[in-house]
Amino acid sequence: MPQATTDTPQRTGKQSPAAPPATGSLLLDAARRNMRQYGMLIALGLIVVLFEIWTDGVLLKPNNVTNLVLQNSYILVLAIGMMIVIIAGHIDLSVGSLAAFVSAAAAVMMVEHDVPWVLALVLSLIVGAVAGAWQGFWIAYVGIPSFIVTLAGMLLFRGGTQILLGSRSLGPFPEGFQKISTGYLPEIGPETNYHNLTLLLGCALLAFALLQEVRDRRRQLRYELDVLPRNIFLAKCVAMAAAVLAFTMTLASYRGVPVVLLLLAGLLIGFGYVMRNAIVGRHVYALGGNRAAAKLSGVKDQRVTFLVFVNMGVLAALAGIVYAARLNAGVPQAGTNFELEAIAAAFIGGASMSGGVGTVFGAIIGGLVLGVLNNGMSLVGIGTDYQQVIKGLVLLAAVGFDVYNKRKVGS
Amino acid sequence: MKTPTAGPPAAAVPVLEMRSIVKTFPGVKALSDVSLTVAQGEVHAICGENGAGKSTLMKVLSGVHPHGSYEGEIRFRGENCVFKDIRASEARGIVIIHQELALVPYLSIAENIFLGNEHATRGFISWNETLRHAAVLLDRVGLREHPQTRVADIGVGKQQLVEIAKALSKKVELLILDEPTAALNDEDSAKLLTLIKELKGQGISSIIISHKLGEITEVADSVTVLRDGRTVETLDVRSGSTTEDRIIRGMVGRDLDHRFPERTPYEGDPGAHPALEVRDWTVHHPIDQHRKVVDHVSVLARRGEIVGIAGLMGAGRTELAMSVFGRSYGRNISGTVLKDGKEIRTRTVSEAVRHKIAYVTEDRKQYGLNLIDTIGRNISLGALDKVSRRGIVDEHEETRVAESYRTSMNIKTPTVFEQVGRLSGGNQQKVVLGKWIFAGPDVLILDEPTRGIDVGAKYEIYSVIDRLAAQGKAVVLISSELPELLGMCDRIYTMAAGRLTGEVPRAQATQEVLMRHMTSDKR
Repeated sequence: MPQATTDTPQRTGKQSPAAPPATGSLLLDAARRNMRQYGMLIALGLIVVLFEIWTDGVLLKPNNVTNLVLQNSYILVLAIGMMIVIIAGHIDLSVGSLAAFVSAAAAVMMVEHDVPWVLALVLSLIVGAVAGAWQGFWIAYVGIPSFIVTLAGMLLFRGGTQILLGSRSLGPFPEGFQKISTGYLPEIGPETNYHNLTLLLGCALLAFALLQEVRDRRRQLRYELDVLPRNIFLAKCVAMAAAVLAFTMTLASYRGVPVVLLLLAGLLIGFGYVMRNAIVGRHVYALGGNRAAAKLSGVKDQRVTFLVFVNMGVLAALAGIVYAARLNAGVPQAGTNFELEAIAAAFIGGASMSGGVGTVFGAIIGGLVLGVLNNGMSLVGIGTDYQQVIKGLVLLAAVGFDVYNKRKVGS
Repeated sequence: MKTPTAGPPAAAVPVLEMRSIVKTFPGVKALSDVSLTVAQGEVHAICGENGAGKSTLMKVLSGVHPHGSYEGEIRFRGENCVFKDIRASEARGIVIIHQELALVPYLSIAENIFLGNEHATRGFISWNETLRHAAVLLDRVGLREHPQTRVADIGVGKQQLVEIAKALSKKVELLILDEPTAALNDEDSAKLLTLIKELKGQGISSIIISHKLGEITEVADSVTVLRDGRTVETLDVRSGSTTEDRIIRGMVGRDLDHRFPERTPYEGDPGAHPALEVRDWTVHHPIDQHRKVVDHVSVLARRGEIVGIAGLMGAGRTELAMSVFGRSYGRNISGTVLKDGKEIRTRTVSEAVRHKIAYVTEDRKQYGLNLIDTIGRNISLGALDKVSRRGIVDEHEETRVAESYRTSMNIKTPTVFEQVGRLSGGNQQKVVLGKWIFAGPDVLILDEPTRGIDVGAKYEIYSVIDRLAAQGKAVVLISSELPELLGMCDRIYTMAAGRLTGEVPRAQATQEVLMRHMTSDKR
């Protein structure tokens, strides 16, 4: 994380350059700019409340919340990568097959060849990276559209999975490997009825987030930028604190933080930061927004595109590993339709078909909307047939709402 | 030319009357009181700065903004009009041709002409009738192409004629042309304007929106000037008393004594190494590899100097610039580039940028800007490392930089977080310029920096260019507008058909001299 700058440039202008705009317009402006994301966040909240009532409070029971995280972890991992691919103006249809292929490869390594699980894990990620590089090469350097390359990849990796496994399912895995998906952080300290380490982590996260907010605001003030009015800023902080604490307490009253959640949090923060603040992240947005202009600005479009697909390969491998660890077996039909769920999550979370738009946070929100729908509908006993219908409609509505909104603003 | 057999006797009902049109968008009053009267069989021009309301007015007229969404009255041939969409206005004989042509590139000319209006019986197209009719229409607009040629295979000038043929097929009585010559070269422009005059003889009235005042004084019978959503005045052009300066005065609401900033001519040291020198530069066409698009061209630009490159469309000016800038155009490129007397490699854009060369594209929407991103992020994109530490962008610093350009270049926007796509053309151009100035180049190649920009914004851009030269940067100015080159440059190169055909110092440069060089080497 960057420290506050020490080499502050001399301040421009003694007085603030223009009269500060009215609070209302500032808020409206911020809301407009983040419409899709705030909209989906609110929608997610509504869906949660709806199912909480519908399931008589089962949805937000600690064990179910934990379950929700575990169930959706691999889709969320994929959604993060998919969001970046879509921002760059591409698509990846192969991630489900690739996840299956990697989980099969991991299974073969650990079960048939007794490779130690840590080594198998690393090798699996490398397999993912190589597969991503393979696709990235054709897309970035040869110029075949990503839709075609990854459609081919979808068949290739699915076939590869079946070649590796036949119709067997290979398992079980060493305990350490299983822990990736089924493990929790260890318990420490005195007996409190809560998971102490989880509480500690939650508080640390909260402190860090608040500190970051305050620091951001201070710097914005120093640069004489427009900031949210004081009381609204405070309200935002309180809301954030409440959400973090509620989530922490819920997890802590069951078995604590699952290992996967820590992994997800790491990915979210890491990729979120890179996409927002790193030069390479900026280049991805620029490529998706206007490839020709980005090229003429000196963005190395081929290299960036290539890296985006290598990254997607690694994340697909990670998703495959998490999935296999949860199942405790490598199965030939693993990862079926994962790519569709990940793509849907990205679009619900604010991606645009033409690229250049979206955030990693949005992908997570989109993935959670789908996840809560899945989980909630199963809890109230809606069959998978109707679940699919409803999910399809939600995807359509989310993107339709956005298109409608854009048109209203644009005219 | 036929002598006009004169329309109906004088004082006839005007073709079009728009009275007190008011159109509001949420938060903005685009038209606050516009009236427009077009007489039968005249060419009526509409002028105004960007944002004056010209396009909105035409959208109201053609039914893009349906009746009921605006206030005021439209009368066509004396009848009240309530168009609910474009089809309704086209049925009445009002056809609009937009600046961005609405043709399907992979369909034939004939198919495009009758798109949505096919010659068909019971849903099946009769091709014989289609082709025959298309040939007749093409003849009327003077386009000698086979009706089955794909639109993608003909140039923009000819595509424009196809659009007009399409309008004729709809039995047009009032033709609206929005910036019809913006993308055309002088020759095609002249042809088009002649055609408009011919159509006038056939009783078709036209409304023509244009930034090119020379065109207006040449072709129009009268001109209506809009400013800030209001009609300022309607001038009679036929009498010849309405000069370009007179129109400009109406558009900006003040006399523009100086369309270009006062400039002290360059008096640098000719002995010093030029900032940029290109020697013996040859570029081949990216697809047709035997064609030389740039043919053994050598040019140079010194620090503090503004060097112009004049040429008609297809002369190879943009191709020269883009091929020098990181080989962004063409194949099989040969020649050397020298920076301050030393040979440099400019094989990629990054290399060119590292050698402090910047190229500001002529097509800002396609090649210059990420329209869906913010002003700030667009400005920093060319030199992200300047606002970054160890690969991490400092957003606050970035915003501060953007703010400073907003102020210094007078970019009109509520905040620098605004999407660039929402800005007007002139302000977008300022963002592109700001982006490359921020990159800190020694050499700036500006390709048509004022295309499609209103007069006021042009002056601001000229001032920026002037300041850059005064700071000791070498500026290469590529432009199709000769007055612009004459007003700004210390020295002007001319190109024709890929070759350098002349080099004219400021003192000797006139439009006639330049034009002679620009047309001298036709092959």
